[in-house]
Amino acid sequence: MTMKVHLTMRVNGERAETLADSAKTLLEVLREDLQLTGTKHGCELGECGACAVLLDGEPVLSCLVLGVECDGRDVTTVEGLATGGQLHPLQEAFADHGAAQCGYCTPGILVTAKALLDKEPHPSRERIAEALSGNLCRCTGYLQIFEAVEAAALSDRREAGSVASAPSATNSAGVGPRATERKMT
Amino acid sequence: MTRPNSVIGRARRRVDGRAKVTGQTRYADDIFLPRMLHCRLLRSTEPHALIKRIDVSKAQAHPGVHLVLTGESFPIPYGILPVSHDEHALCPDKVRFVGDPVAAVVAIDEATAADAVDLIQVEYEPLRTYATPAESLAFPEPRIHDYGDEGNIHKIVALQFGDVDTAIDGADHVFDDVFFFEGNTHLPIEQHACVAAKDPEGKLVVYSSTQTPHYLHRALAKALAMPAAHIRVIATPNGGGFGGKSDPFNHEVAVAKAALILDRPVKICLTREEVFYCHRGRHPVLMRIRTGVTNDGRIAGMDLRTLLDGGAYGSYGVASTFYTGALQTVTYQIPKYRFRGCRVFTNKPPCGPKRGHGTPQGRFGQEVQLDKIAEKLKIDPADLRLNIVAPPNSLTANFLRVGTIGLAECIRKVVARSDWKNKFRKLPHGRGVGLACSSYLTGAGLPINWNDLPQSGVQLKLDRSGGVTAFSGATEIGQGSDDVLASCVAEILGIDTFDIRVVTGDTDLTPVDLGSYSSRVTLMMGNAAVQAAERARELLADAVSKKLAIPKDRVVFADRRVFDGEQPANGVTFQEAVCLAEAMFGTIGTTGSYTAPKTAAKFKGGGVGPSPTYSYTAAVVEVEVDPDTGWIVVPRVWIAHDIGRALNPTLVRGQVEGGVYMGLGEALMEEQAFRRLPAKLSRALVHKFPSMLEYKSPTSLDMPEIFTDLVEHPDPAGPFGAKEVGQGPLLPMMPAVANAVYDAVGVRVDEIPVTPEKILKALTAKAAGKPARTGPAAFPDIKWPEALLVTPPWEGGDGRASNEPPRKKRTAEAGIEANAGVRR
Repeated sequence: MTMKVHLTMRVNGERAETLADSAKTLLEVLREDLQLTGTKHGCELGECGACAVLLDGEPVLSCLVLGVECDGRDVTTVEGLATGGQLHPLQEAFADHGAAQCGYCTPGILVTAKALLDKEPHPSRERIAEALSGNLCRCTGYLQIFEAVEAAALSDRREAGSVASAPSATNSAGVGPRATERKMT
Repeated sequence: MTRPNSVIGRARRRVDGRAKVTGQTRYADDIFLPRMLHCRLLRSTEPHALIKRIDVSKAQAHPGVHLVLTGESFPIPYGILPVSHDEHALCPDKVRFVGDPVAAVVAIDEATAADAVDLIQVEYEPLRTYATPAESLAFPEPRIHDYGDEGNIHKIVALQFGDVDTAIDGADHVFDDVFFFEGNTHLPIEQHACVAAKDPEGKLVVYSSTQTPHYLHRALAKALAMPAAHIRVIATPNGGGFGGKSDPFNHEVAVAKAALILDRPVKICLTREEVFYCHRGRHPVLMRIRTGVTNDGRIAGMDLRTLLDGGAYGSYGVASTFYTGALQTVTYQIPKYRFRGCRVFTNKPPCGPKRGHGTPQGRFGQEVQLDKIAEKLKIDPADLRLNIVAPPNSLTANFLRVGTIGLAECIRKVVARSDWKNKFRKLPHGRGVGLACSSYLTGAGLPINWNDLPQSGVQLKLDRSGGVTAFSGATEIGQGSDDVLASCVAEILGIDTFDIRVVTGDTDLTPVDLGSYSSRVTLMMGNAAVQAAERARELLADAVSKKLAIPKDRVVFADRRVFDGEQPANGVTFQEAVCLAEAMFGTIGTTGSYTAPKTAAKFKGGGVGPSPTYSYTAAVVEVEVDPDTGWIVVPRVWIAHDIGRALNPTLVRGQVEGGVYMGLGEALMEEQAFRRLPAKLSRALVHKFPSMLEYKSPTSLDMPEIFTDLVEHPDPAGPFGAKEVGQGPLLPMMPAVANAVYDAVGVRVDEIPVTPEKILKALTAKAAGKPARTGPAAFPDIKWPEALLVTPPWEGGDGRASNEPPRKKRTAEAGIEANAGVRR
């Protein structure tokens, strides 16, 4: 019989409290205890990247993190990407550019891409491919995913003024206009 | 009146796009129901054994366990094809591969169920195990199944179209090659999951990640001996399928039974390891192709033999066997043809349909052999192919009906865009280009269960809100079938795709569509949707023409309005048009259905291969091969696909690129391979690497640049002229890679995957003055049955075999009987 632990996390900007099985992974706590089923799983062994979430802003595989490790920490899932009733530019771009086919790897890829853009608002194609290399996608062949990330990066710059005046709660520093030009491939 | 398309042909966001980027798409494992229990299966640790005894007492006594089931609860077999109902949810008396399910535990949670599974004791009596087709051919006893054509041969077939031997022997050149295509698996990112429950009325409802809710519906009715009308199957959006979720599966039947017994919802989600055991993936195929060729590179005749490693169950295997030899004739003119195929059972997870179903293996051999022919005859491989492309609107030697064919244009496009003429045999050592072509069905012409019923149905409901609901049994597996449905209806009614609510894949609510397989949905469901929408448009046009007092043929539907084409200001909103029609005719509901045209092939086995129309693809692949290590990289791919008409170019491009990606995975690395454990560990035959880490598939870092061209000449058989794109573009990748390796370093790898190890082996052989080739040495002697003799159409044949005994007629009644499912 396993022990229950009391967890208090900040999930998608909101305080989340739960009494969870101590053996549960963050993935299981999110999906089973907090009903946040947007985060998926493809192996539960850290091989596919489908379960990626942001833990204190960094992408982690939630199937390899225990829930108890996350007490007091900040978790962002796909459900937390949209803010103020607006989809995140990555979400808009993924929907428009065919970057989500079956959609199953999409949540993990979206949060991983968000972590990249938060640090590097205008990454090269190579940097995007590198950042997403731990997220398997069997449908797209990845190219439309790369294009969607690039489109989101561009739209971010286009809307830089409004983003700067109304920064999203989960976006850390670094979002905004940049002097460097994005290399077009 | 006609008007430019506002939906069809435009690059659009798919209707399910928002749900998928917000995490709101509900896949099967996302379903949590009150009082839900969890199921885990105990799987066999023996590859081939009799079950002597199962002791479940400890598991039953384990705290938190509600139910333990074994094979005795599942006496009725089922299977996807009517000719091979050889599966039970849990094995009753015999296991046939490591991973075959023998017991199910239902408990308060997954962990408890897993603990209890470990408490079940099974006593096995091991039988001889069959690891390879050679072993299965060598030893007819003991049989893996007590049915099949002979011993451990599941299916053996022979078809001959004209005097092929004379044609080959009399040709200027004869090419005789042996190829091998290793098995590989679908690897959808979503693990199969299923939730079963009794609904408040006591009927069974099953949510499952299935590509074929209709066939699951039938299988459940049969296996559980229940009326199909009391079962509701809801296909949840699939997190990838690729053919791997097209069979009815053990776990689906097991949790359905458990839910009925316990009257509580029961869920199962397979582990990744179990997904490898479900398999139904690409058959390993050994093949021999003997082809007679004239001096100018025309094919005089072709003789193909294939040997398929079927794994432990029938699955789609009979169809897969025929598919290894069916579509060779729809790309190039082959005046005389013989195909002999043999599928054997082995003690490995069952093979079945993976993207391209049975055709990629034969296509690989055919396209590599064409490369060898071109080399020998000193003809450019592109020119060789262009010279023999099958003519449009023709019948092939095996009575397949070619409709539109854009293959020549596809070849010209990839040749031009890749700068082929300046690269082929001209790049520096270590770099090369290869070309290959392919074709695929746009829907299987014949349904799995032969009957006269429609293959796809669509219903529309329009009401005074202006809302349109489209109902179809088709299943969204990522390919975009929901968007196809919405776009066909929106185009005809002059509204936006997002104005339409689509309801799909639910056997209670939606008319039957046979499922998301054989690239059939766009054409079949699309045509049904067009028919239903045209019928609705007629009703609205009647009402609006009366209201506007104009002739009906002047009524135009566009921009959410219905108006006079000659005076566009004179009109009503779409919602008003629905109200007018509802007032005139009563509640507005229409239906559409699609049945494929009758096939020209009348011989036994001729049911596999016919399609309303075929898609065509050509590809050029560039490779870089390190001559010292054999390491291979693919930097660029040029591909052109004859799609007829792209309904949504964004999704079409996604299918092409996804096919290229998956094809490269097969070409370069993916293998569903097995090994025997050492004697001290039971000598069991086990999967080499049932994990995503060890089963190598391409990542974002492995992707080449892909240059995609679409060839669009609308095909009269397709909705708005559309043909398939989900499977065809995968097919040329494997032979194009092998051909490019030859161009790069001058060695032939006649085997898939083309790994650095195999390239190096061929390079080493070449350096030693031996044949510069890695590949199978020979095709075994197989005792083939007498071939069915079918005279090709140009020799006066009528599609029948001259030496075939009479067969049973197929009728609509057969379909109804099978649907009822109960045979006591």
